Amino acid sequence: MRGRSLALVIAIGAAAAPLWALAQAPPQLKSVNFDLPVGDRMFPGDAAADAINNNCLACHSAGMVLTQPRLSRAEWQAEVDKMRNTYKAPVAAEDVPAIVDYLAKLGGT
Amino acid sequence: MAMGRMPSRRSFLGQAGAVGLGLVAAPAWAETIKLPLNGGPQEREITTGFPQKGAMILQRTRPPLLETPMEVFDRGIFTPNDRFYVRWHWAVIPGEVDVATFKLAVRGHVERPLSLSLAELLAMPRVELAAVNQCSGNSRGLFQPRVPGGQWDHGAMGNAKWTGVRLKEVLDRAGVKAGAVAVRFNGLDEPVVDGAPDFMKSLAVDHARDGEVMIAFAMNGEQLPLMNGFPLRLVVPGWYSTYWVKMLSDIEVLGAPDQNYWMATAYRIPDTPHASVKPGETGFKTVPINRMVPRSFITNLAAGAVVHAAAPTPVRGIAFGGDAGVAKVDLSTDGGKTWQPARLGADAGKYSFRQWETTVTLAGRGSRALMARCTNSAGVAQPDTANWNPGGFMRNVVETTPITVS
Repeated sequence: MRGRSLALVIAIGAAAAPLWALAQAPPQLKSVNFDLPVGDRMFPGDAAADAINNNCLACHSAGMVLTQPRLSRAEWQAEVDKMRNTYKAPVAAEDVPAIVDYLAKLGGT
Repeated sequence: MAMGRMPSRRSFLGQAGAVGLGLVAAPAWAETIKLPLNGGPQEREITTGFPQKGAMILQRTRPPLLETPMEVFDRGIFTPNDRFYVRWHWAVIPGEVDVATFKLAVRGHVERPLSLSLAELLAMPRVELAAVNQCSGNSRGLFQPRVPGGQWDHGAMGNAKWTGVRLKEVLDRAGVKAGAVAVRFNGLDEPVVDGAPDFMKSLAVDHARDGEVMIAFAMNGEQLPLMNGFPLRLVVPGWYSTYWVKMLSDIEVLGAPDQNYWMATAYRIPDTPHASVKPGETGFKTVPINRMVPRSFITNLAAGAVVHAAAPTPVRGIAFGGDAGVAKVDLSTDGGKTWQPARLGADAGKYSFRQWETTVTLAGRGSRALMARCTNSAGVAQPDTANWNPGGFMRNVVETTPITVS
């Protein structure tokens, strides 16, 4: 089996475009087991941030939201709608206005 | 750029602990970097808190978005694995992968469905090639007007030597049936919420069988870092990274066009030159994002660098041709009025980064705008005006590095 696959390597190597180079040593793959950071940051703003903190941190950390540029209320509404309708975020309809209010005050300089 | 509205990371550590989200402790101090994003926010944390990764620009912790700092690209054409950028769509990412039990399924419109172990894949004929992996939204943070999404500077890209087996070889083993139109790829990552669209991408069947698309199990001679897709990732040379599915576990040959969300709705670009439309424009036809376009970057001088007048100043950087090789790189020291050719470094293949360098002597003190422009081997040059689209995709305008001559 080993001999046959070596022959195949050579045969294909000869036919390959110059773009390709053949890998030399067979790689040894080792199992991995890591913990990925979860993100410990909350949305600031006390009570005004309750709705976003309670609804939005299950699927993603706060960081990327807080690094978005200044967006209009309509743009933020569209983002929240996309999270609910397309990405199925379980956000109660009554919490949406408070989340959009919070987001529309964020961003930029 | 004032950062008044932006709170510091430090001020949240206490709060976070109070609600029990601080599962992995962050250091109480944080080194930061300012990205040149017009209108801000510009400040990002530099993190060393991710497994198998060195210092990275933190765009988002979960699911991770980690950007490669520009200085890494000055050190050579291959991006080290521990500095290679990271981008995930969904937060359910297995942290543990057992090489003895992992299986790659090949199924759908095929004669013989397969369930391949890693040992079986490693026994197949191996190939290797250098290729740039670039996020569709690389440099999105520089769009004007700004658009929502990951606010990357230029570091959502990297170049590696990929080792693996040809996808064609695997498809041939399964025997693609007549009438197949596309091949869809899925990885081990999953949405957090039931019913949300699992991340899957597909290629036309002829593209999938072109002999260049690869199932990679090594990157720069090492197994893939977990966050770059261990144990297997698809490599689609010359195409944006959205197709380079990570933790690849399922290949499905389709007898009909792929209507899944990530092909039919997301990652679509205007079907216009440079994928560009006017801000606010609607009603344009769209197509799935596809081939990359040429880009180049100055890597040894950052914006705001000060150089001496009348002294020889080395200027160097990297370029790539997108879906073709780098034919030439030109440099301008006067904001694009005049151009001079740069010397190209070693050619590692048409899909690779290629280094370039030149030496300029700048007379007269004051501000200067340095610009590098790549022309690829198909004759396509970087444009001198920036494209715009609502997704923030495919930026490849000639970039400007403002410096001061003193």
